[in-house]
Amino acid sequence: MATAVEVHDLKAWFGKTEALHGINMAVEAKHATAVIGPSGCGKSTFIRCLNRMHETNPEAKSEGTVRVGGVDVYEMPAVDVRRRVGMVFQKPNPFPTMTIYDNVAAGLKLNGTHNRKILDDIVEHSLQQAALWDEVKDILKKQSGASLSGGQQQRLCIARALAVSPEVMLMDEPASALDPISTAKIEDLIFELKQKLTIVIVTHNMQQASRVAEFTGFFLMGNLIEFDKTEKIFTNPSDKRTEDYITGRFG
Amino acid sequence: MPNRNISLRRQMTDYFFTGLAASLSVIVVSALIAILAYLVLRGAGSLNLSFLTQTPKPVGETGGGMANALLGSVMILGIASLFGVPVGIGAGIYLAEYGRNRLGQLVRFTSDVLNGVPSIVIGLVAYGLVVLPQRHFSAFAGGVALAIMMIPTVARTTEEMLLLVPHAVREAAFGIGIPQWRTTISITLPTARAGIITGVMLAFARVAGETAPLMFTAFGNQFWSFSANQPIAALPLQIFTYAITPYDDWHRQAWAGALMLVILIVGTTTLVRFVFMRRMLGGAR
Amino acid sequence: MGAAREPHIPDGQPTGQSFGAAAATRSNQPDSSKVPFVNQTREAPAWKKSVINLDSGFKGLMLVAALVVLGIVGLIVAELMQGSALAWQKFGIHFFFGSEWDPVSGGFGALPFIYGTVVSSLVALFIAVPLAVAVAVFVTEMCPKPLRRPISYATELLAAIPSVIYGLWAIFILVPILRVHVEPWLMKYFSWTGLFTGPAYGIGMLAAGVVLAIMIVPIISSITREVLAVVPQPQREAALALGATRWEMIRMAVLRNARAGIMGAVILGLGRALGETMAVTMVIGNSPSIAKSLLAPGYTMASVIANEFNEATSDLHRSALIEIGLALFIVTIIVNILAGLMVWTVTRGTPARTNA
Repeated sequence: MATAVEVHDLKAWFGKTEALHGINMAVEAKHATAVIGPSGCGKSTFIRCLNRMHETNPEAKSEGTVRVGGVDVYEMPAVDVRRRVGMVFQKPNPFPTMTIYDNVAAGLKLNGTHNRKILDDIVEHSLQQAALWDEVKDILKKQSGASLSGGQQQRLCIARALAVSPEVMLMDEPASALDPISTAKIEDLIFELKQKLTIVIVTHNMQQASRVAEFTGFFLMGNLIEFDKTEKIFTNPSDKRTEDYITGRFG
Repeated sequence: MPNRNISLRRQMTDYFFTGLAASLSVIVVSALIAILAYLVLRGAGSLNLSFLTQTPKPVGETGGGMANALLGSVMILGIASLFGVPVGIGAGIYLAEYGRNRLGQLVRFTSDVLNGVPSIVIGLVAYGLVVLPQRHFSAFAGGVALAIMMIPTVARTTEEMLLLVPHAVREAAFGIGIPQWRTTISITLPTARAGIITGVMLAFARVAGETAPLMFTAFGNQFWSFSANQPIAALPLQIFTYAITPYDDWHRQAWAGALMLVILIVGTTTLVRFVFMRRMLGGAR
Repeated sequence: MGAAREPHIPDGQPTGQSFGAAAATRSNQPDSSKVPFVNQTREAPAWKKSVINLDSGFKGLMLVAALVVLGIVGLIVAELMQGSALAWQKFGIHFFFGSEWDPVSGGFGALPFIYGTVVSSLVALFIAVPLAVAVAVFVTEMCPKPLRRPISYATELLAAIPSVIYGLWAIFILVPILRVHVEPWLMKYFSWTGLFTGPAYGIGMLAAGVVLAIMIVPIISSITREVLAVVPQPQREAALALGATRWEMIRMAVLRNARAGIMGAVILGLGRALGETMAVTMVIGNSPSIAKSLLAPGYTMASVIANEFNEATSDLHRSALIEIGLALFIVTIIVNILAGLMVWTVTRGTPARTNA
């Protein structure tokens, strides 16, 4: 089993407040890892450090190492990190001024791919991977990304992230703004995707974590309390605090 | 791995546009500095006691000042505020407290239209409305022209500031039996006071430098005038008159007048920004 | 209404935050309390009537103030139409296509002024738009936090400086620089365009355009800043998460989303430039001719009114000037409404500055 993301002693701040107090974690390649914990525990901050999105907040800073495929992300340009580590956000955020096609192609065009044929192929492939192709193939270049339903928009954002073929996909509560049926589609999608890439998903929904992820990490007040196989975490946690949380005693 | 050349080029493009935006911003800021610096450089020397106490001297005689123009500006602005401020605040109260209807929409729209009317057109209209029937130019006509220009700014800021007052405050007053008019005067207006004063002062600063609306109304005057019914000098008018003459001495006076005017206006806006704005935001939260 | 004085009101005070203010107000409420409480019949008590009357009276007074705004705009329209009737009867629509302007012989055509207004405003936009948008983008997206306020403050101050002072500065500082340094250079390298030919006077269309540009940068830049601020933060994050550089993020997520609003800001700037009077009058050269060269003197609608209205002796001359004023009024209103709509489509419903 290979390690895709290796986090060592990661600390993060907002202004003077320390939000993460030294996190260590090794994320298994081609598996899904869930990050759970009560709100404000630092789980979003944690995954935003993995692709250096954390530092886009002017107040924020971080310390420690994050290795993706063996390379320290703080040693390479943030732009390259984010291409290798894709991200899907809590609320779908397609570019409203671009067509569906242009949304998916946006990342590729940035990297200098302008060949029509290649773009067409990758756009189709990405939309298929995101299970959206059949629903949008006739309106690809006619409608804006914002014209789709919420669930479709989120899958469009997944397709957009997939198009640049990242090694790792970060998902920050990707289904929290969606209805149950759309949520189920996203979860199915995660099963498909983890055949090919590594997924780290933040969720406040423990059932979701147990459904989609092989590994789960439990965060509390900026600390990684416990990190283990999902099964172990949900059936036989070794830390009292994890047990309290999953049995609903707080949070 | 991404193509190295492409990523280098993208990085360069990023630097280029950051540099471009920064240098264009520098140009804008230096335009301001250039204007202010020249005003001080050329104006400060002539901004002396006689400038503040004497009337203009004829061409050829050195000295003299703009005391009459200063007084004229004060009178015209006083008249303008006398009409413009109550009407503007009243219209603002109407819009905020009773204006959730068609008429309110119309007034709001009209007020924005009025705000965009070129000042020279206001001058033409004030000429037709006041000067023509009276058959002579006057400080009063100038005041009317500037009042028209103050009203939309005062009205819309008053409305905005009143709407910032939480509805709960009004409800609390209604709940203990205070009628609506009393609530507005004694509770809502005082709560929004700092913001409304800000709006009034900004409107005041804006019209204080207006020249075009005064050309056919106040007209200008080389001598003292203390009557609202006579043509009167005003600081901006005097600067204009002097600037387009070929006499060095008058140019110096124009620069001094301009410095004076900018000190007044920038002083007002800065005061508003640093004193009232802060208090207003504090009050709204 | 007035419930505080109803005899059956319970002693317990209703909940409310402003007791102090309320108590203070109650004591100096109008004379309603002095009205003897004798009338217990079905008729509304007198004090209640007076409160209702004061309420509607106050509302009426405020309504009058609001109607004054409508009245003023009505008067402006009436005054301009009435004043321009004579010229309109005499020349009709040809007034706007004739290029002869001769107060002595009584021939009036407004084309040179329309041309000068449009051209000087376009020159101003050409210079001001890149500057204004750059400042807005720099302040909202790029610059270090401590620089934000000083730069915004500087642009605000630029807006506070009166037109006549811009004119003064332009005559004595800007025009000599243009004449000695800029215009010869333009003539040397760009005379092939036909836009920069003829003697370098300094004053002229170019000088007017430059000074107008400085004057409209603040308005364009402050509205642009507003529309950039309402671009949702997730849009920026989406672009960054795709591996966009900062500039690519600005281009993809910020400028694209805000373009209608920026367009509105530009048009608003145009509205300002069209009606600007004093500074332009002082540097444009005031010559009613249509020349292709930007170095040549010109004339604008606003400046011909400023220069000639007080000296106009014939009724027709005066009427022609008022008709120019009417045209200016109509054009600026259309332009402003258009701009307002464009900005509104971007900022509606979104509180400004939710994210900086």
